[in-house]
Amino acid sequence: MTDKMHIKLKVNGEDKEFLAEPRELLIYALREKLDITGPHVGCDTSHCGACTVTLNGKSVKSCTMFVAQANGAEITTIEGIGEPDALHVLQECFREHHGLQCGFCTPGMIIRATKLLEENPNPTEEEVRFGMAGNICRCTGYQNIVKSILAAASEINTAKEAAQ
Amino acid sequence: MIPAAFDYYRPKGMDEVIALLQEHGDDARVMAGGHSLIPMMKLRMAEVPHLIDLQDIDGLSDISVDQGRITIGAMVTQHDLINHDGLTAAAPILREAALQIADPQVRYMGTVGGNVANGDPGNDMPGLMQCLDAQIHLIGPDGERTVAARDYYEAAYMTDREDDEVLVSVSMDTPQGGYAYEKQKRKIGDYATAAAAVQIVKVGGSVKSASVAMTNLSDVPVWSEAACDALVGTACDAAAVKSAVAAMLGDIDPAEDNRGPVAFKRHVAGIILTRAIERAWSRA
Repeated sequence: MTDKMHIKLKVNGEDKEFLAEPRELLIYALREKLDITGPHVGCDTSHCGACTVTLNGKSVKSCTMFVAQANGAEITTIEGIGEPDALHVLQECFREHHGLQCGFCTPGMIIRATKLLEENPNPTEEEVRFGMAGNICRCTGYQNIVKSILAAASEINTAKEAAQ
Repeated sequence: MIPAAFDYYRPKGMDEVIALLQEHGDDARVMAGGHSLIPMMKLRMAEVPHLIDLQDIDGLSDISVDQGRITIGAMVTQHDLINHDGLTAAAPILREAALQIADPQVRYMGTVGGNVANGDPGNDMPGLMQCLDAQIHLIGPDGERTVAARDYYEAAYMTDREDDEVLVSVSMDTPQGGYAYEKQKRKIGDYATAAAAVQIVKVGGSVKSASVAMTNLSDVPVWSEAACDALVGTACDAAAVKSAVAAMLGDIDPAEDNRGPVAFKRHVAGIILTRAIERAWSRA
């Protein structure tokens, strides 16, 4: 019944254009149309946050946005923040502090954490837990995720001070 | 997980929105943040053949705090609301409540207007708006009209809004006195087992005025005039709080669900209102 729409996105700095039905969820456009398979699908009720990406400066659950709504947006996914031999500080800290086991929540966790630290560069443990509350993890019990994020905050702040 | 197909519109003006609503009637819906509507569409509990996205309509994301009056555009997100210093200074209860709604990601997208308009008794803003005696502003084919939040909710998912109207903003007088939004929930992001919004004005050691509204304890939010009356003129002591709670319990009508049986919800409602009144009084 519905015509496909011409969709333009900027994902991890690259312009992407494709056709999609308006009802297509952003997470599926990323995974299936663009082969960006880091963001995951962990639920169908918008709770788990495994699909979290940064869209126009907001942490969003890409399972709860139609690709039509996102048309024209700038998106950052886990693939856009580091390379295997040059990890983002959060990626490095998750590795160092054992902030992941199965790794399924990790792309959403880390992308959410980038935004959290941007908005609150020096969070308390309580603020990290509250700021990450839209992301569920079945493996870690969260403790090491909190450690990883606090360690990343501290590294970023130390680097900033050194630069000044 | 997979919504039914729909035609998508992203109009630039409200005239076009109203025209689409008139043309398609009940087959059309406006979408704000999408964080109630899309989940319902994914479960096929809502079928929306014509989906009208409001994100490009100018002016709906404005917040104004001016001369004792607060106006919040319908597309103001919970995140915007939490981070607006002027709003927090004028009406701190808004921020306190918004931080108890959903989770960070949902708050970046979910809007005040969507929360107020949705009609789900689980939403927190409707009771809050009743507590603050907010006015709800709607635009339809015949222009703009205003309804009191206390008159807006008719039943679960049934409100005073007509199919061809759009909720454009809420407004209220800057609230006076102490405040509290107290919410019992099973976990982050859950709708309330019971929640209470309270504003109290204290003069000379006694309650000059009080407003009490309850969330998710009926098929609509409940503004309890009887609970307000029980507090006014008292020193807000234990006996007064107890009689306010008793009065509130006469106004609610909770339903059993997986948050607990009716007796439990009534018990929790009493505890939550007691805490909310005590905290509001301590801030008054």
